[in-house]
Amino acid sequence: MSLMAQPSDTGRFGEFGGRFVPETLVPACQELEAAFVDAWADPQYRDELHQLLRTYAGRPSIITECHNLSEQLGIRLALKREDLNHTGSHKINNVLGQALLAKRMGKKRIVAETGAGQHGVASATAAALLGLECKVYMGAVDVERQSLNVFRMKLLGSEVEAVHSGSRTLKDAVNEAMRDWVATVETSHYCLGSVMGPHPYPWMVREFHRVIGDEARAQSVELWGDVPDVAVACVGGGSNAIGMFSGFVDDRTRLVGVEPAGGAAVSRAQPGVVHGMRSYLMQDEYGQVQEAHSISAGLDYPGVGPEHSYLASIGRAEYPNVTDAEVIDAFQLMARSEGIIPALECAHALAWIVRAAPEMKGQTVLMNLSGRGDKDVAQMMDVLGG
Amino acid sequence: MSHQLQPGTLETLFRARRAAGHKLLVPYITGGLPGWQDAVRAAAAAGADAIEIGIPFSDPVMDGPIIQQASQTALEAGATPVSILNETRSLDVSIPLAVMTYYNTVHHAGHERFAAQLAGAGIVAAIVPDLPLEESGPWCAAADLAGIETVMLAAPTAPDARLPLVVARARGFVYSVGLLGVTGERDTLAHTATALARRLKAITDVPVLVGVGVSNAAQAREACEVADGVVMGASVMRRLLEGGADAVGDFVGDVRHAIQY
Repeated sequence: MSLMAQPSDTGRFGEFGGRFVPETLVPACQELEAAFVDAWADPQYRDELHQLLRTYAGRPSIITECHNLSEQLGIRLALKREDLNHTGSHKINNVLGQALLAKRMGKKRIVAETGAGQHGVASATAAALLGLECKVYMGAVDVERQSLNVFRMKLLGSEVEAVHSGSRTLKDAVNEAMRDWVATVETSHYCLGSVMGPHPYPWMVREFHRVIGDEARAQSVELWGDVPDVAVACVGGGSNAIGMFSGFVDDRTRLVGVEPAGGAAVSRAQPGVVHGMRSYLMQDEYGQVQEAHSISAGLDYPGVGPEHSYLASIGRAEYPNVTDAEVIDAFQLMARSEGIIPALECAHALAWIVRAAPEMKGQTVLMNLSGRGDKDVAQMMDVLGG
Repeated sequence: MSHQLQPGTLETLFRARRAAGHKLLVPYITGGLPGWQDAVRAAAAAGADAIEIGIPFSDPVMDGPIIQQASQTALEAGATPVSILNETRSLDVSIPLAVMTYYNTVHHAGHERFAAQLAGAGIVAAIVPDLPLEESGPWCAAADLAGIETVMLAAPTAPDARLPLVVARARGFVYSVGLLGVTGERDTLAHTATALARRLKAITDVPVLVGVGVSNAAQAREACEVADGVVMGASVMRRLLEGGADAVGDFVGDVRHAIQY
């Protein structure tokens, strides 16, 4: 059996996961779990999703060998190009799956949280395509630094609400989306954007992103004649990383999830419960959730998906962290060396690769380039001084 | 429904008062907010049957703007679970005290340790709104041993088959969630408030109190036509934030008068 098989009946990956939600939401989570199990076993649903991924999202995404960076770093680097998907990131895989599921459950409206705006844009896109109403909650800080994505969501017909509570970033957007869902659960589906939250989300969202790992494995074998020595992805909640890892978890491949230094939940290894799940969580001595700080809005999250906590706890994956300064360097390095502007989130993965390259001489390294960097250009103009 | 053989302090008191024809009133007050102890004393003096003391949490997903603000203000003032429980010991009120907090506060302290801390502070009951039945086992076991009554929430979304399971695990009282949504004041009492209370009353003799969205004396009275009492949070906290402890006392007195018909 795969190390990344189904969680337990209570939604546990080892001692992580679960369903810590207000009583009001328990029936909805149970209904969602049943609907997902049913849909996932239904060839018609799977075919419909496959067709959308192929003819709308543009899958399969390619992998690109980085000849210049490989030479500079002394490794063999390739990128899984999730940035080339429609809407510019891996988020579309999950959103199409959930939007189809929402329709199947008879829901007319989806609610989503977003950090950098990638999941919000993907949700707004799927809602427009499938005729669903969509409301996206986004921290006020992120609305400010990702104004382009805010306008994109509005263009797509979604409502965007700036969240002014708490740290005014992703954590608070999740709180507000959950509050909306508590009030509208009879008509709305919560389209959660990462492998986090209450059961069945961490499992369901992983299954929707498994396509990344499945494709990447076949492409690696085609390119290198083998699975990669190392697979690397950035981790906020951890959805693009879990998708990537799912393709290699049962192989010899070293799995590396890179967190921002200011949001390094796994490094601290302190379990906590928030947003419906038990997982590693940045918190103070009384269990108050701490604010993450990252240059990247998409990774500005104090927790991590429960399966990552599990993979870390059993030593199957490792979760180093990189500083904002390293990320800014890596962002520019990829642009100049390969002609690819990465999302700031993905620049975390490259930052670690740059740092660790001397110990990986000659190894094959597959990095998930989970999103394109257009959204970050305005912010980087401020940082780098135009 | 079968129930625990030996009801705890809170449930015993509530059953006795109900038997005497009394409707139960439980105001919620955020611990650690400047003036909170005076507000508890004022509410007790004005006829509250018990007080629910909030231990503020950074991410209160079941709470609307007023209690979010109260929680944030209390946290910024340096409130911690330990400081609030210490201050609870010096309250010197004669009615039972419960705490409301989110599960990470409990989880982080550890179940046994948190239950012991509550008992040590003279708390008799706990409400943990993000700890549903399926996840409640380890906490409830520790709470039972420490003599802390765990109040379970029942929600309007629960199918008929689920309510008896929730009720069977409820100690102290059943918290009948009045509406689909978070805490906060509403213009009218949602129809779900009395509908769920009626469903619960039909299957349990544990006291049933409606909370969330019970916003004023008239709504409390309406809820009490079906339920055994009410929990009032946002309406109490708005008065504390705006008018201090005296305003809380006046409001609790008004509600007391309205439901004591």
